[in-house]
Amino acid sequence: MNSENHDALVVGGGLVGAAIAYGLQRQGLRTLLLDEGDVAFRASRGNFGLVWVQSKGLGAPHYQRWTRGSAEEWPSLAAELQERTGIGTGLHQPGGVHICLSGEEFEKRGDYMARLQREAGNLGMEYRMIPGAEARDMLPGLGPKVAGVSWTPYDGHASPLYLLRALHTAFTGLGGRYQPNARVERSTAAPQDFSVEAGGIRHRAPRVVLAAGLGNADLAPRFGLSAPVRPERGQILVTERARQVLPMPTTTIRQTEEGSLMLGDSKEDAGFDLGQNPEIMRQIARRAVLSFPWIAELNLVRAWSALRVMAPDGLPIYDQSERFPGAFTANCHSGVTLAGTHANRLAPMIAAGALEPEMAPFTARRFDVRHAA
Amino acid sequence: MFATRPEIRPATVEVLVDGQPCRVPEGASAAAALLLAGLPASRETPVSGAPRLPYCMMGVCFDCLAKIDGVANRQACMVTVRPGMRIAPQRGARMAGVA
Ligand SMILES: Cc1cc2nc3c(=O)[nH]c(=O)nc-3n(C[C@H](O)[C@H](O)[C@H](O)COP(=O)(O)OP(=O)(O)OC[C@H]3O[C@@H](n4cnc5c(N)ncnc54)[C@H](O)[C@@H]3O)c2cc1C
Ligand code: FES
Repeated sequence: MNSENHDALVVGGGLVGAAIAYGLQRQGLRTLLLDEGDVAFRASRGNFGLVWVQSKGLGAPHYQRWTRGSAEEWPSLAAELQERTGIGTGLHQPGGVHICLSGEEFEKRGDYMARLQREAGNLGMEYRMIPGAEARDMLPGLGPKVAGVSWTPYDGHASPLYLLRALHTAFTGLGGRYQPNARVERSTAAPQDFSVEAGGIRHRAPRVVLAAGLGNADLAPRFGLSAPVRPERGQILVTERARQVLPMPTTTIRQTEEGSLMLGDSKEDAGFDLGQNPEIMRQIARRAVLSFPWIAELNLVRAWSALRVMAPDGLPIYDQSERFPGAFTANCHSGVTLAGTHANRLAPMIAAGALEPEMAPFTARRFDVRHAA
Repeated sequence: MFATRPEIRPATVEVLVDGQPCRVPEGASAAAALLLAGLPASRETPVSGAPRLPYCMMGVCFDCLAKIDGVANRQACMVTVRPGMRIAPQRGARMAGVA
């Protein structure tokens, strides 16, 4: 078998792997990005496209900070990708709202936002709870059933597919190598010395990053890591294109740069089943129409489901192997939102050889009972 | 640009294509009416504004989108003409009916 040497191997060419590989290559590491292909579950090709802050990290201030940091990194990442590749990622960060359809929802949301703000500590977190009448001035055609919205200035959205393409193009443009249809089969691990077999070639490098989405669960233990991620299904509906009407995204409704309305997205425990079901689709459509009654007139043109990459506690896992220094893993269910920190903060740490102390709470050892005790 | 085949049924149904009367055979589609009316384009795409005419005539390409009797974005090749039907070009993205 032919053998090749690299400075770094990244396994998985979705949003997480592509952002990290781009960051590593930009740091000057000769990086190989190995990607299984369309037979894999690929959340990066089926997600909702929010760059979202306001629902993330209750009870986990480190995650709140990491998410906010990513929203801050996004504009420079988007500008850099545009300049290097000519591909626009459609980033807009006008702020965003979470719509509450009853007084009770609105009140609960208020408590939730207040707690998030308390947990933000010194970082601070600006938000407002905006009652129905005022919210209706802000958002055209907001329905009479809407009790109110929570608003933060940090939220936004982007095109996840253009982002993925831009990351890949920028990565290869810098000399990085992308190898599709290259599922990692056999592998060996030793400190700063890893080899994997993929696509009929043996690749060696002193660094390996496991960013294979749901594939990480199987790969991680071979590198002295753990990534107990499970699928969580989400279904999405897409309408025909309409003239721009929505000035900002909401947690479950956004209008793309091209004019389509995306309606999302369920959270289902359905194993590795990519099916769709009418009951859930009805719920998604119903909530959308209660939020904005005019959506009822639009035709739906597409619908799909995709699987989120979920850790048991819903937070990302970033880790480095103690047994085999040089091996890292990254897992999250918000790979669009976190692209900014993945490319601009996480990749430099990996290039430098170790995660910084601020990353410690993200370790998978938090699931280890002995560790937790 | 387009003509009906010689053996085709006589054009007996009058519709309005972009406001102009146009006669087409019974059972024809609104897309056939758009083609027979001779418009240079029956829609402009929402993002780049590229001009389009009906293409596949069998419901798959969406290039025949038109405003039919006031309803935006209908696939004209999937709609059978009725006397007096109003078929208008679809210029760019439709309006969303914001109250
Ligand atoms: C319905 C839905 C809505 C979402 N909405 C949002 C949102 O609004 N905002 C947001 O930020 N995030 C959202 N997400 C989450 C986001 O899509 C994911 O966090 C992100 O795509 C995960 O990227 P990934 O690269 O880890 O995984 P994937 O996209 O799954 O990529 C993993 C890659 O690894 C490859 N692979 C797997 N095993 C191997 C192997 N053994 N060898 C080689 N390659 C392998 C696969 O081919 C695949 O390309 C949503 C997800 C879903 C499902
Ligand atoms: S002409 Fe192709 S869908 Fe109507």
